[in-house]
Amino acid sequence: MAKDKTRDIENSTVNDGSHAIRRFTVGDALIILILIILCLTCVLPFIHLAAKSISSNTAVMQRSVVLWPVGINFDAYSSIFQDGTLVRSFLYSVLVVAIFTVLGMITCTCAAYPLSKKRLKGRAFFTVVLMIPMYFNAGLIPSYLLYKDLGLLNNMWVLILPLIYSSYNMLIMKNYFQSTIPDTLEEAAFLDGANNFQILFRIVLPLSLPIIATLSLFYAVGRWNAYADNKYYITSEGLKMIQYKLYQLVASATEAQTATLSEAIEVKSTPEVLQAACIMFATLPIICIYPFLQKYFVKGVMIGAVKG
Amino acid sequence: MSAKAVKAPSLRERTSWGKAFRRDWHLYLLLLLPVLLVIIFNYAAYPGLRMVFMDYKPAKGYDGSKWVGWQTFQKVFADRDFTRALTNSMVFNLLDLLVAFPMPIVLALMLNELRFPRFKKVTQTILYLPHFLSWVIIGSVAYQLFKPNTGIINILMMKWGWIEQGIPFLTEKTHWATTYLLVGVWQGMGWGTIIYLAAITGISGELYEAAMIDGASRMQRIWHITLPGIRSTIVVLLIMNLGKIMGSNFERLDVFGNTQVREYQYQLAIYIYEKGLSNGKFSMATAVGLFQSLVGLLLVLLSDRFAKALGEDGLL
Repeated sequence: MAKDKTRDIENSTVNDGSHAIRRFTVGDALIILILIILCLTCVLPFIHLAAKSISSNTAVMQRSVVLWPVGINFDAYSSIFQDGTLVRSFLYSVLVVAIFTVLGMITCTCAAYPLSKKRLKGRAFFTVVLMIPMYFNAGLIPSYLLYKDLGLLNNMWVLILPLIYSSYNMLIMKNYFQSTIPDTLEEAAFLDGANNFQILFRIVLPLSLPIIATLSLFYAVGRWNAYADNKYYITSEGLKMIQYKLYQLVASATEAQTATLSEAIEVKSTPEVLQAACIMFATLPIICIYPFLQKYFVKGVMIGAVKG
Repeated sequence: MSAKAVKAPSLRERTSWGKAFRRDWHLYLLLLLPVLLVIIFNYAAYPGLRMVFMDYKPAKGYDGSKWVGWQTFQKVFADRDFTRALTNSMVFNLLDLLVAFPMPIVLALMLNELRFPRFKKVTQTILYLPHFLSWVIIGSVAYQLFKPNTGIINILMMKWGWIEQGIPFLTEKTHWATTYLLVGVWQGMGWGTIIYLAAITGISGELYEAAMIDGASRMQRIWHITLPGIRSTIVVLLIMNLGKIMGSNFERLDVFGNTQVREYQYQLAIYIYEKGLSNGKFSMATAVGLFQSLVGLLLVLLSDRFAKALGEDGLL
């Protein structure tokens, strides 16, 4: 018996120890079963909605659509495209997210690079000034009145400017600069006569592409997903981002609003099918790009976990 | 060579502001943008907080409104709506902590026991997905699945004869509370494992080998090696979450809100939004917001102290 175990360990291919080769046990099967069930809870709802969105009205009314479409047709989607509201809102959201991400990354770099330099005089002061907003927020009403005074209400920029500086992202970037870019590299460049800008653009940023990718994604996904500020500060329909449109159409679940959409575009689909199609329309982009980007997020969390 | 080397800035040297500025003006120039942004969009909002001592009327503005001292706070604390929102917020946050906190730990332990790298990777990718979906999408999907008559969950359960009538998952307060909490667990469970899995990789493999030679079972290895190995991570995250007990997520509550479940769904974020922006009681809403952020800040500071007192790294 003991001999068997030693052999098992010798045969182990993974050397982090926790995966030493063992026999496949009931425990293993149980773990796999639980994990598969949990994964299904993440996947099946979307398959169901996708199936529903391309099923015929009668099949949905008869409640016979589960995971496979019945009576396939794309009427709901063609209504969405004919009406155009959601499509316009989608494109507008892409624009807002793009501007937001670019400006956000610029701001983030402008804050993180100087603060990563230990020699910077006044570094502690600036760090405090830039960190306080993370811990203390004036709250909804004072911000609302401030944006009103600044003329930002009902303006696309209210969705961008107040949020492009993020203390959290700044910390992650600063940590990255401090931990991965050796001081000696910078000193060498200094000796060669490079100034701070040249060091930043020629040395630091090219070495920071992984963190730039990660933080850009943080910015982009954060902006894409948030809708509360649309609700607080935006009143005209044309300036609302797609998440808020979807909220108005579906989550508020008032039949009246869906009905207005139905009347406006003479849909042939029932609210059920139409709602499913709207949800899929807003979700598919994320689901499609997500598997490719996921590893960058994980990287960001790991760097963020290192304390600054 | 040595003359040139003097130019390279040294770390310990004490420099005057003039010299520092001449040397690093590029850096100060860069800092200008973020500093201006926080001044304009964060610090400029702080003076607005003085309205908590006023009877602020939107039409009169800050200058025209009357100063009333602590009256706003007295009014808030006497307000039944506020007490209800506060109680709901704290109860739901505690319940959230209770049901949602252990899940990532259990899941991380299970993932760590998996021996098939490809299966593990796919599992992780799928489990992280809910974290990337907005609350609007999660909420709309939930409504589609859970509606009493047309939701697929109820349809299937009726078909299989488990229930006679559709269960009002989202339209009856007790069912709503359960659904709301479980959706929260579902949304955060996968993403929460990342930090624990990272902590687990830090545990020395020799410990496991030694334990296996000594004939330790899987449960024994988990209990005596893995869990103690990630104890400090668990403690820090637990304390951090305790610090958030006053928080409330407007989007999550708003998306799942409806008139039938208002009794539970009415939490601080909803109170502030409705009293403030919808009903124009600006001073009261701001007072509640201020109360919430001050208590929240205090809790974060306390939990940081607490973590450090336990010999952990702390958060600040």
